[in-house]
Amino acid sequence: MGFTRRFLCRPTAMFGLAVFLFIVAIALGAPLLFSRGPFSIVGMPLLPPGASGLLAGSDVLGRDMAVGLAYGARISLLVGIASTVCAAGIGVLMGAVAGYYGGWVDDLLMRVTEFFQIIPSFVLLMVLVAFLQPSLASTVIGITLVTWPQVARVVRGEFLSLRAREFVQAARVLGMGDAAIIATQILPNALPPIVVISSMIVGNAILTESALSFLGLGDPNLLSWGSMIGGSRSAMWVAWWTTVLPGACIMITVLALNFIGDGLNDALNPRARR
Amino acid sequence: MNRLSYIGARLVKTVLITIAVVLLSFFLIRLAPGDAATVMAGQSGYADEAFMKSLRIEYGLDQPLPVQLWKYVKAVAQGDLGTSYVRRQPVAAVILERLPNTLLLDAFALLLAAGGGIWLGSVAARRPGSAGDNAVTVLSMLFYAVPQFWLGMMMVLVFAVWLAWLPPFGIETMGADYTGLARLGDVAQHLILPGVTLALYFLASYARLTRAAMIEVADQDFVKTARAKGLSERQVARRHILRNALIPLVTFAGLQASILVGGSVLVENVFSWPGIGTLAFEAVQGRDNPLLLGIFIVTAILVSLFNLITDIAYSIADPRVELG
Repeated sequence: MGFTRRFLCRPTAMFGLAVFLFIVAIALGAPLLFSRGPFSIVGMPLLPPGASGLLAGSDVLGRDMAVGLAYGARISLLVGIASTVCAAGIGVLMGAVAGYYGGWVDDLLMRVTEFFQIIPSFVLLMVLVAFLQPSLASTVIGITLVTWPQVARVVRGEFLSLRAREFVQAARVLGMGDAAIIATQILPNALPPIVVISSMIVGNAILTESALSFLGLGDPNLLSWGSMIGGSRSAMWVAWWTTVLPGACIMITVLALNFIGDGLNDALNPRARR
Repeated sequence: MNRLSYIGARLVKTVLITIAVVLLSFFLIRLAPGDAATVMAGQSGYADEAFMKSLRIEYGLDQPLPVQLWKYVKAVAQGDLGTSYVRRQPVAAVILERLPNTLLLDAFALLLAAGGGIWLGSVAARRPGSAGDNAVTVLSMLFYAVPQFWLGMMMVLVFAVWLAWLPPFGIETMGADYTGLARLGDVAQHLILPGVTLALYFLASYARLTRAAMIEVADQDFVKTARAKGLSERQVARRHILRNALIPLVTFAGLQASILVGGSVLVENVFSWPGIGTLAFEAVQGRDNPLLLGIFIVTAILVSLFNLITDIAYSIADPRVELG
């Protein structure tokens, strides 16, 4: 069975993919779907869903919750994907060098990844974002910084086991340079675990971004799901939808991504299945 | 390597981690725009060049970087984490005052997660593929995807607002002035919602790990021997499988500690639990950089100490483990 069929055969993976594509469509289409921006006031505050034609009600300031949710998807996906791409880039580079060359480079990298595993990375992230001033860029930089060691660990392990294999030795005998061997021989073979861990990191990055925004460490000029929840805390008692809906959006998005990750894992490592 | 030299090496590592944390903090300070002098001047609302210069000299900001670093390291080693801008008190004292509350919450959550998770995991492992087993898998997937702070708010909504079973926030009833046992009961009541919220994520992880470990152990020869000598299924499960499956969970508790601290920052804020997490939020709100950094240093050192303890415990619990 090919990779695509193995992936498509899993109902949870298919469900995850469908939900994820739907969210991507909403995020991309937000400016077309709604004529108003997420910050414009459309009516009385705290209108329940359905009232005055507002699909998801209005928030504490009388802004359309549905518009906010659609625009929030943009921030979540952007932060999730951007920080995953950055973390995967750095992680692959560091992990490849450490795993391929070994020696003190490897020792150093392992100490660094251990360090990041032991220190409370969310607290470090709060310090980073607060000191750099909260913005979309500082959020992505911060999440990248605390996340890349996870990728590096996985890549290092793969490189460590692949570098001794015959096809790598053959390439070396043929006179191929180290950089070429890393990029064209080993990396393609190490891709499956990189893809799987990346899909998990997207979900985690989205959760982390929402937590930062909830604590007021998000970009003050952008509305995200986390900041919608943080801004509605006082209204939670009287208007459940102001906190329930954005949180449900986060949960569904992350769940969809985890389903995709599980599906990829099974499809890419058929032998690992029980 | 024998156990003593392993513990020695592990101690050295903890010291190195602590040094790395302090070095990292020193460079983090330089990320923030402006220095302590601009902040002080900004707060006093008075800032001509001469005043700024005198402030910089007073705080040693005019000296070369290595000298500043040496002074910083020396100060931190003596427990001096600077002065909180907002509270105008030593950062270390402010943190120490709040620390016990956070330790109480985190310890309760950890025990709840470990206890509940091990129980759920062993139930699931008994019949892999059963409805109970699948329920554990589904629940753990859900808890991995839920933002912890939001889960906390939902708990408040359901159990404090709609059902009114438990108090929604704080560590004790304001103005009740309970003493003795009544106070203990009051705090325990306030502990339930934040504790459960914090525990649920880890409970799911523990359940998954216990399940996997038990299924793996159940395959080994000594389990077959135990069955062959006529022990009941129950005795085999409890005395032979579970005990051996539990060992790796000790290390897991150490590894999870850093995530637990991050989670408790969020959960404390949802439930207004007067610990380090709410303090970190106050520090963010008040742009109190020394306080925020102090919280990072203290939590990082505590977590690395906790890891040291779990690693030592692991090396004692499992004599087979390769020390190195």
